[in-house]
Amino acid sequence: MGPRLAAAAAFLVMAGACGSSSGGTVATDVGITSNQILLGNTISQTGAAAAYGTIANAENAYFTYINSKGGINGRKIKFVILDDAYNPAQTVPLTKQLVEQNQVFAMFSGLGTQDQTSVRDYLNTQKVPQLFVATGATTFGKDFNSNKWTLGWQPPYQGESHIYAKDVLQNHPNAKIGVLYQNDDYGQDYLKGLIDGLGDKASTMIVDKESYDVTSASPASQLAILHAKGADTVFVFAIPKPTIQSLAIITGLHWAPTIYVNSVSNVATYMKLAEKSGAKIDGAISVGYIKDPTDPQWTNDDGMKLYRQVIANCSTCDANNGFNIYGVAVAYTMVDVLTQAGSNLSRANVMKIASSQLNETNPFLLPGITVTTTSGDHFPIMQEQVIQWTGDAWHLQGSIINERGTIK
Amino acid sequence: MRFVGRAPRRYWLIALGVIVFAGLPTQVTSFQSLEWAEVLIFAIVIMGLNLLVGYSGQISLGHGAFMAVGAYTTAILVHRYHVDYLLTIPIAGLLTGLVGFFLGIPALRLSPLYLALATFALAVITPSLIKRPENLTQGTQGILLAPQQPPDWASSLFAGVTGGPAMTSDQWLYYLCFIVAAALFWVAWNIVRRRPGRALMAIRDGEVAAAASGVNVAGYKTLAFGLSAFYAGVAGALYALATGFVSPDTFPVSLSFQLLVGAVIGGLGSIAGPLFGGIFTFWLPIISSQFVQTQDWIPDQVASVFKNAGPAVTYGALLILIMIFAPNGLVGLILSAYARLRSRLRGVGERTTGQLPPDPQTI
Repeated sequence: MGPRLAAAAAFLVMAGACGSSSGGTVATDVGITSNQILLGNTISQTGAAAAYGTIANAENAYFTYINSKGGINGRKIKFVILDDAYNPAQTVPLTKQLVEQNQVFAMFSGLGTQDQTSVRDYLNTQKVPQLFVATGATTFGKDFNSNKWTLGWQPPYQGESHIYAKDVLQNHPNAKIGVLYQNDDYGQDYLKGLIDGLGDKASTMIVDKESYDVTSASPASQLAILHAKGADTVFVFAIPKPTIQSLAIITGLHWAPTIYVNSVSNVATYMKLAEKSGAKIDGAISVGYIKDPTDPQWTNDDGMKLYRQVIANCSTCDANNGFNIYGVAVAYTMVDVLTQAGSNLSRANVMKIASSQLNETNPFLLPGITVTTTSGDHFPIMQEQVIQWTGDAWHLQGSIINERGTIK
Repeated sequence: MRFVGRAPRRYWLIALGVIVFAGLPTQVTSFQSLEWAEVLIFAIVIMGLNLLVGYSGQISLGHGAFMAVGAYTTAILVHRYHVDYLLTIPIAGLLTGLVGFFLGIPALRLSPLYLALATFALAVITPSLIKRPENLTQGTQGILLAPQQPPDWASSLFAGVTGGPAMTSDQWLYYLCFIVAAALFWVAWNIVRRRPGRALMAIRDGEVAAAASGVNVAGYKTLAFGLSAFYAGVAGALYALATGFVSPDTFPVSLSFQLLVGAVIGGLGSIAGPLFGGIFTFWLPIISSQFVQTQDWIPDQVASVFKNAGPAVTYGALLILIMIFAPNGLVGLILSAYARLRSRLRGVGERTTGQLPPDPQTI
């Protein structure tokens, strides 16, 4: 037996010798080398929320653009995108893989409320920045003090719902409201904002609220119930696929309520897709904070020209898809933070700048909207403008509404 | 020493396998240990499936649901009632085994096709059922568990052997899975070689004949179901501890399919098969969705199409190939290749009996 065991042992020892190697570099923190910054991302490129997948590709297109200009202080950004199919059960191991195996410097723009909530504890324990999550759940700004390594970017859902509530109270004071919402933290956040915004009137104005599961095939039965309960105003708090389905189903029920569409599904490309499947959506209301690539008023705008140049770096991206300009805009903020960090590229410093020292005019956002954080305010974007769908396009209504300070 | 020298060849293979798996965490990163822990977890549940499908001939498309029962039992006990996590593993196994046993009773009246449909229904409703008692299961939010730290003795033993840093929680969970997997594989091996195993195989090959020979058909069939669910429950418990997170979407319908495909590809009716099945079930989705993306020579468009259809297509294609070329799975393929090689090396006749091999091509 001796020689065989010895051979096995020798094999294992040799495997061990090959396995361990570490290079001494001038890195200032994990994921930073003299010529590279490594960022990680999880997003749904397949599954129910596959429509969002293009965001990460657009972000990568912006990083490619920055890299072609010489990178950030000589360091090029490498961006690792993993598909979690909008399923937290996949987000958890994939995030762990990016942090422990790929050794990313930070997680950037991970998508999905439930998904990002499920890795927040882990990333905060590991002290890995979870920057500019692609979800507007209010908790990501509100609970910063208990999760100092996590920060949102887009306007909080509750703030957006407050704007809808004001709009309803002002323009449709006798509305009978029916709410369709996704059965998770994302849908409930929108719903809470709406109820808070309506105040005392909430209990009388909301005639019914129905939830759908993200894994279900269609929200048809929920909409039929809302219709039967006599709602004349419908809030669709849903991701793109069920939103498009809902708009078509509402028309299919020979029902013509006032429709509110949430900002996470309102890109013109998908509204047109809903129209193609038979939906009548003239007069639908939503909010915007990013320049709409299909809006002719931005044709000669410098920001839009830059966007078109950037998005050409992505062969699979549709330049007219509003999700792509979202990706480019949030990547712009990320590059801004890394540039400001300069030579002090530690995770703690980057987190400090992002969470309390942002004061940025982002060329891809509506004029007048700024990306701001201070030591007491961790909601980067807090301004939005009401938009209405008329004649096959969104049109900006009124002026920019600032919700800063309204969420305690 | 004479005993060691005369030990059958497969004992050497087993010893080699144990050494490789025991030494693995010292050679790979902590994160990779966790990945291999999940491989072992899949191997355990596929072993259970193998006892049911491979040895007793009953088909189950609901093993993802059994895993969910085990995982939620552990998650709820640890998170809500602060029960020691090691204790929750047998509890989860026994509870799931009980569920499986009772499901096995109506299954007695169903022919294989309808049994497949019934268990499939179980897999479909389980994620929705989990969402309902929100106070207990935390609904769609899922339950997060803190990582389990290794006990001091294990930590210092590991550091002493490797001379490196202390054991991480991932490495500890790997060893936990390894010990449980080794024990359950040993149990399965003993079951199939003895009376219950022969009874199960007799039922699989001919129910009437088995009954005529005095085998308690109903008893053994429900026993197989319960035992199989026990394995799945233990695997589910380990899965909850290893990943530290369970949600209803952790156990979709597709998981049950993946497990069955893994069992078939590994090799039904063999003890080593589930290990190959576990490796396959864990790595295939990861490779088909991540590996292709990193290959620059594959055009973007093709890569994205491949990614969208990803694991499902690869599963289908591989399953067809296996059915055609290796109906007994990877283990069957390896065994028949070994047999052919040996007969080629030894020449025309079998050395001991002088018989010609049945396949003239090997001459």
